[in-house]
Amino acid sequence: MYPHDFRYTKDHEWVKTTGEEALVGITDYAQNHLGDVVFVEVPVVGTKLAARQLIGNIESVKAVSEVYSPLTGEVVAVNEGLNNSPELVNQDPHGKGWIVRLKVAAKAEVEGLMNSVEYEKYLEGLDK
Amino acid sequence: MIEFFGWHMPVEYKGIIDEHLAVRRQAGLFDVSHMGEIYVNGPDSLAFLQHLTPNDVSRLAPGQVQYTALTTPQGTFVDDMLVYCLEPEKYLLVVNASNADKDYAWVVQHAPAFKVKTENVSESYSQLALQGPLAEQILQPLTAVPLAGMKSFTFARGKVVREEALVSRTGYTGEDGFEIYTQSLNPGVIWDAILEQGKPLGVQPIGLGARDTLRLEAKLMLYGNDIDDKTTMIEADLKWVIKFKKGDFLGRDVLVRQVEQGTSRKIAGFEVTGRGIARPHYPVFVNGQKVSQVCSGTFAPFLKKSIGLAYLPSAAIGVGTTIEIGIRENKVPAKVIPTPFYKRAEAPAKG
Repeated sequence: MYPHDFRYTKDHEWVKTTGEEALVGITDYAQNHLGDVVFVEVPVVGTKLAARQLIGNIESVKAVSEVYSPLTGEVVAVNEGLNNSPELVNQDPHGKGWIVRLKVAAKAEVEGLMNSVEYEKYLEGLDK
Repeated sequence: MIEFFGWHMPVEYKGIIDEHLAVRRQAGLFDVSHMGEIYVNGPDSLAFLQHLTPNDVSRLAPGQVQYTALTTPQGTFVDDMLVYCLEPEKYLLVVNASNADKDYAWVVQHAPAFKVKTENVSESYSQLALQGPLAEQILQPLTAVPLAGMKSFTFARGKVVREEALVSRTGYTGEDGFEIYTQSLNPGVIWDAILEQGKPLGVQPIGLGARDTLRLEAKLMLYGNDIDDKTTMIEADLKWVIKFKKGDFLGRDVLVRQVEQGTSRKIAGFEVTGRGIARPHYPVFVNGQKVSQVCSGTFAPFLKKSIGLAYLPSAAIGVGTTIEIGIRENKVPAKVIPTPFYKRAEAPAKG
């Protein structure tokens, strides 16, 4: 269910690294709990983020949820498509619902994140 | 599922937006058994209710319903509610879940001077609401109660599926629809039958999330958010509920004065014109000064924008007035707009 080539945080963000860059989004678990997403706040391209720093907020009809950067890096792209179609986060959270692309500062940080097996186990523990 | 004032209730089934649109376009079924019900019976029941409420109870013949409130001597709200005239000298009050015990205690407290008997029957009543343009079409095959000619704010008693029930043409969504009250020990058969009957027409079960977005689009009040014991009926823009000519009632003097002299604040509807969703308790700014907090606010799925209600200084309630809502660190622009935010195309005649 959760892509094997992604890494995951306890706050339900995922990371997909390609070379020096990483795509970031929220997981299916997160979008399911949020409900219908209506706004996604994204940072400006060029913003430098530390790991665990706030990227922005996702507003659903019923709640606001914070999104944290899984890694230290610089924002090189944001998903403009989410302006008009925030529901992409619900429909395709691991694909078209990506939120930012980072230039990664320290690739070693990726190793500190959960892999898909660990994340799925983590989720089982949550719903008990 | 969440805890809602002692009840275990679903926020959503399929999703708030889906459910909201289903009610506006087809029909939705709500389990609202958490609502409170109180009987007021006896030779003085009319006089008693006239004393406790601002609307004119004498206008109700058996089979009729009115929206009203339990008011304090300050003209503020103990609760808002519906009063059903079951028979002469027999009334049913339907009150908010969050206030059922408080309202009953209030009624009991004021009863001694009147020849009435009161009873809190909330535990024994279940309530379902079927709301939407297709509600009548879905419900009629399941009940002998004739729905076609039933005017809004009237009710009749009869069987729904196999269970004795009271069916009223009332609701909390701004759509046509029915509320079904039953003391049956088996109310689930009604729920199941309606979902089965309505499946080909697109009926859906609806949770608390969409219940809130629907009622807010229709500018229906929610006790605790929009009205409470610190807001008067005039400040809450509910003057239309008051029938001053009917005689004295708790709070009448204060409300008369407020009609004559005006109030320093009044509730107003707004839409967010910038980016963001206004939510309860977010600060509201007029000319840069914080004046109040958002009472109710959400993203309105049918209107596709963020709307809300807030008390504004009376000088600022004109349609078009620009205000700001504090959303996290930003002051997001908004403006006062007419309410209700949504009104359905044609409404059935009122009873």
